[in-house]
Amino acid sequence: MYDMLWLIPALPLAGFLALVLFGSRIERSVAAVVGTAFVALSATVTMIIALQFITAPPDGYAYTQTLWTWVRVGGFNPTVGFRLDPLSLVMVFVITFVGFLIFLYSTRFMVEDEALVRFFAYMNLFVGSMLVLVLADNLFLLYLGWEGVGLCSYLLIGFWYKEEENARAAFKAFLVTRIGDAAFAVGLFLIYHSLGTLNIQEAMARASQQWVAGSAMATAAAGLLLGGAVGKSAQLPLQTWLPDAMAGPTPVSALIHAATMVTAGVYLIARTHVFFELAPAVQHAVALIGAFTLLMAGSSALAQQDIKRILAYSTMSQIGYMFLALGVGAWAAAMFHFMIHAFFKALLFLGAGIIIKALHEEHDIFRMGGLRSEMPLIFWVFLAGCASLSAVPFVTGGYYSKDLILLEVWNSPQGGSLLFLAGLVGDFITSVYSFRLFFIVFSGEPKTPVKKTADTAMTVPLVILAVLSLVGGLVEMPGYFGIQPLFSGFMGNTLPGFKALSPAPGTDRALFVLSTLASLGGILVAYLIFFRRPVSLRSLADSAPFRLARRFFLTGWGFDRVYDALIVAPFVELARLNKDDCLDRIYQGVARLTGLMNRLLGFTQSGNLRWYAMALTAGAVIFLGMVILS
Amino acid sequence: MNPVIPAEYGLILAGLLFAVGLAGVLARRDLIFILLSLEIMLNASGLAFVVAGARWGAADGQVMFIFILAVASAEVAVGLALLLWFHHLHRGLDADSANEMRG
Repeated sequence: MYDMLWLIPALPLAGFLALVLFGSRIERSVAAVVGTAFVALSATVTMIIALQFITAPPDGYAYTQTLWTWVRVGGFNPTVGFRLDPLSLVMVFVITFVGFLIFLYSTRFMVEDEALVRFFAYMNLFVGSMLVLVLADNLFLLYLGWEGVGLCSYLLIGFWYKEEENARAAFKAFLVTRIGDAAFAVGLFLIYHSLGTLNIQEAMARASQQWVAGSAMATAAAGLLLGGAVGKSAQLPLQTWLPDAMAGPTPVSALIHAATMVTAGVYLIARTHVFFELAPAVQHAVALIGAFTLLMAGSSALAQQDIKRILAYSTMSQIGYMFLALGVGAWAAAMFHFMIHAFFKALLFLGAGIIIKALHEEHDIFRMGGLRSEMPLIFWVFLAGCASLSAVPFVTGGYYSKDLILLEVWNSPQGGSLLFLAGLVGDFITSVYSFRLFFIVFSGEPKTPVKKTADTAMTVPLVILAVLSLVGGLVEMPGYFGIQPLFSGFMGNTLPGFKALSPAPGTDRALFVLSTLASLGGILVAYLIFFRRPVSLRSLADSAPFRLARRFFLTGWGFDRVYDALIVAPFVELARLNKDDCLDRIYQGVARLTGLMNRLLGFTQSGNLRWYAMALTAGAVIFLGMVILS
Repeated sequence: MNPVIPAEYGLILAGLLFAVGLAGVLARRDLIFILLSLEIMLNASGLAFVVAGARWGAADGQVMFIFILAVASAEVAVGLALLLWFHHLHRGLDADSANEMRG
């Protein structure tokens, strides 16, 4: 059955080709079905393989399928080969399964869009590239997928390219992630130069033999890989593109900018974890980046008014949690949170898409309200999503994943109380902003008339995702339940655990109480402020320092302005100064000299026959004179 | 013994003839006269050949003159045809009026 592995990425790519080649000749509704069917097939193959993998795992919990050698230049011969192990299996499962649900939703969501075929073609290309990325057994092929998803992200953010703002957002996303991609590429050169292979497993094995932990080479390689991961996963300092990326259609935000592509950085770090273990400084930087990003993005989400931007900042913040987990060596916890996050964030985005459609493209949450009675189903699934995002204890998947991260941060030798505190504060902020969104949208008075747009194809994925984000956490119960954790046990076959500090007995219970207090306290605060809406807060909200703070958070801590002033403006100014390109002056000079010579010599071409004869005679006389006199 | 004309005389005469022809080419504007002057120049060079042949007692100079005659007649044939067309195009034979190829 493992022979079918290559079909998983090949099917969506075939779907892309089919839509590109024949898309204009078939009915639009058929095109949507074709696009979805290829992903559904891919998801089916994944399920079959996953079942076999769990019941009868291959030797060493990894199966490698080498299709062919891609290039052969001297000793450089990367293959097109796929590797299936617990890490890639979880990624593939989320990509194909959540991807399929989002495709199903899109068949109705995009039905009125005139460029529906283009949409499904891009989406298929995206899913195919993403699968290549996670299944690749060498960094070269992984990079192909990496650039492929970057391209699709660009194309889909700018999907409605006729509005300049969208095209600009796409451009920004492409440029900012390119900075990270360039670092990643240099990292690949470095690894190949030093280790002589790009095969991930081989490179990691050689690195642990040849490199000394903490050496400059290991630090450089891990740092460059981190650069790529930071760009793709919208972490500090390359995070500014993600909020603007919400210009794309909502299913794109759900699939690419929440569930899958933005977590490619997390996957990359987990996949190449040996490099990071060899560079403790870089690994610590990963944790710090995660902690800062989750606080920065969480507080920015507090002030946003656009429902999709709230979710975008929330995504950034949750990926910050994953980075935090990676930074302390809790690889499995990061992947667990990735999976649960994919469920509830896709759910929230898809729900937001329905709300936005129903309210005639209204994005501002303050012009929504009272949707509970109008859209009861959306109310319930959104509640499930927000609860999971806020890590409400026991009943939600988000609780198990986030609690695991906090616990591991506390227990890890690389963790510590400061990082734990950042996670805890982030937990509180997460609850506040998610339930702020929830209460403002669903309670109070309706402010915009509602038109019904959701039908079964759109609501079924929502319900499935809601169920998954609630019960998905059951695959990994905390130790104090006395149940063997399934997920990290499964992941442990690829990703090593760490030697935990032995905490004082009862620490995990204390941590549990703290995280529960943080998440429930956040919900309580949101309830008091945004559900009750007390008048006494009105004057506080209007006070000058508060308005300043809100402005600061609304702009995402002003990073855009700083980057504009420090990088964009000087560059534009430089380009303006050098508009005529100083090097061009040389070539212009050559052209001008040639023109001058042309005019001078053209003067001798008088067209007068006797002049020519005269010149000929004069020439002959001079020549003869020279011969005779010399 | 017949008095021998020194070869220098013949060559000087040829040089003078050549100079006359060249002056005609340069100074005249009428194409007919330019053509005539060219013929003079050709004959000057032919004379030089004959003189040189006589000087060394070789027949080559006279053979060369026959060649030059052939060239001259061919040139006249083509030249006159061109002149006819020239006259047709420019309503005259003024060489200066044909300066369309001015650079």
